[in-house]
Amino acid sequence: MSEKMYPGQDAVVAKGWLGAHRWLLLRRLSQLVILFFFLAGPFWDVWIVKGSLTSSLTLGVLPLSDPFVVLQSFFAGHVIAGTALIGAAIVFAFYALIGGRVYCSFVCPMNVVTDTSSWLARKFDLPKGWQPSKDARLWALGSVMIMALITGVMAWEMLNPVTMLHRGLVYGMGYVWTIALAIFIFDIVVSRRGWCGHLCPMGAFYGLLGKASVLRVSAAKRHDCNDCMDCFDVCPEPHVITPALRGAQTNTGPLILSGDCTNCGRCMDVCAKDVFSFSTRFNNVILKNDDHNNTIDSSTQHAA
Amino acid sequence: MTGSPWAKSKTQTRRRFLGNAARAAGGACVFGMVIGLFARQAQSLPAQVLRPPGVANENDFLAACVRCGLCVRDCPYPTLSLADVGGDIPVGTPYFIARKYPCEMCDDVPCVKACPTGALDPKLTNIDDARMGLAVLIDNETCLNMQGLRCDVCHRVCPLLNEAITLERQHNPRTGAHAIFIPTVHSDKCTGCGKCERSCVLEKAAIRVLPRNLAKGRIGEHYRLGWVEKANKGESLVPPLVDMPDRLPEGVTISPRGPKP
Repeated sequence: MSEKMYPGQDAVVAKGWLGAHRWLLLRRLSQLVILFFFLAGPFWDVWIVKGSLTSSLTLGVLPLSDPFVVLQSFFAGHVIAGTALIGAAIVFAFYALIGGRVYCSFVCPMNVVTDTSSWLARKFDLPKGWQPSKDARLWALGSVMIMALITGVMAWEMLNPVTMLHRGLVYGMGYVWTIALAIFIFDIVVSRRGWCGHLCPMGAFYGLLGKASVLRVSAAKRHDCNDCMDCFDVCPEPHVITPALRGAQTNTGPLILSGDCTNCGRCMDVCAKDVFSFSTRFNNVILKNDDHNNTIDSSTQHAA
Repeated sequence: MTGSPWAKSKTQTRRRFLGNAARAAGGACVFGMVIGLFARQAQSLPAQVLRPPGVANENDFLAACVRCGLCVRDCPYPTLSLADVGGDIPVGTPYFIARKYPCEMCDDVPCVKACPTGALDPKLTNIDDARMGLAVLIDNETCLNMQGLRCDVCHRVCPLLNEAITLERQHNPRTGAHAIFIPTVHSDKCTGCGKCERSCVLEKAAIRVLPRNLAKGRIGEHYRLGWVEKANKGESLVPPLVDMPDRLPEGVTISPRGPKP
């Protein structure tokens, strides 16, 4: 193995810079376009999307609401009397289909903050710091709902940095930047990927929501894997990769089936061998001699 | 625990599992307590902060409002805004401050129509039924009308002119010859829009809109106002006075003008 400066270097050589940053750019574009939709109204009086990520109205007809927030409202004892229920159902169905945590990687504004922080942490080779258990966010999610039940108000929404940040971007920052900065510092100094990857109850909710989603990342060409480990380096949830990429030994299919996977596609970007691709959950075929250590003519295996 | 290494490792695994579970549960408890206490603290609104129309109870509102800001967007005036982080108002919730910009009481109530959750009660279709607060003439010592002058501005700007605020005439003891027109708010009509507070000509308003629970007193449940009960029944609730025979000196009779010799 040659000395590498950064993960994805081989991919840049193999596919060019654009090819090695395709999904990253697409995600940033998606985040920007969504923010643009919200801001076109207040800035240029073109009302594409009104409201914020918790509840919005698109082109005056399509209601969209955050099922996580609506669920909190339910636990706080409120019966939704309005379009928010329809909006939440639409959003729920959408993410249930394409992967719950697509919200995290393609929509959530906090993603830019924590991606930047983990990029810097990688660049300066900072210690990973505190790594809470992978169940921590589920416990946090439970706490959020129980506290809504006990207090009778949406307690978490008084602190939720995610909804706060988006509201700040759309309605005026005020002091919201301090929240983003706090998460940034936490992620870079205290705990790498600590917020999005371990603690955020919203991410936990969307993870559960997307557990059975149709759209999945597949390590389809895992037999081509050269163990460069770049995908593990850049993946915000690296534990999801192993069962799929190394599954040939344990007779597991190449699909990444964990709800934690955000479908961000960064693994596809940094892989010089194009091991990963988007697939559907119905396409979890284990090929013969699929072990990534085997060197077989790959043309015979692409049929699947 | 003696025996095979297998048994030992099993114990260790179990011990580690229990330790991890306890740590996670403890963390969740701490996290829950923090957000619970924070939510409790954030539930006390400053008195000058008013909610948009259609909010009956602050706690119910905080259970229902998803803080999307659609009411703010559909408000045609600069009245509503969303609360910033770190202030006294629960973050992201819509509010207005009457002295800065009052509710203009739109006939079509666009803010309530915009609300996707029913946090602003969709049953509120007539803005005159809104109860955002209650105007209170809070400072008699500075109110110009109370000094016997004819300011009357709060009365004249009231959208429910002569209903929510009336001018009650009273003798002016200072001059002995003039009247004082007291601006008097009627809680059964006042919507709490805040136009009176906004337009009070004083440097600091003498009439202010307060949350209704702060502004309203309540008579004791056992209290009965005799004249009200009498009016309700149509007659006195106690038997009329018994006319006892008058005992008078010989030869004296009673006339309406008093005793006659």
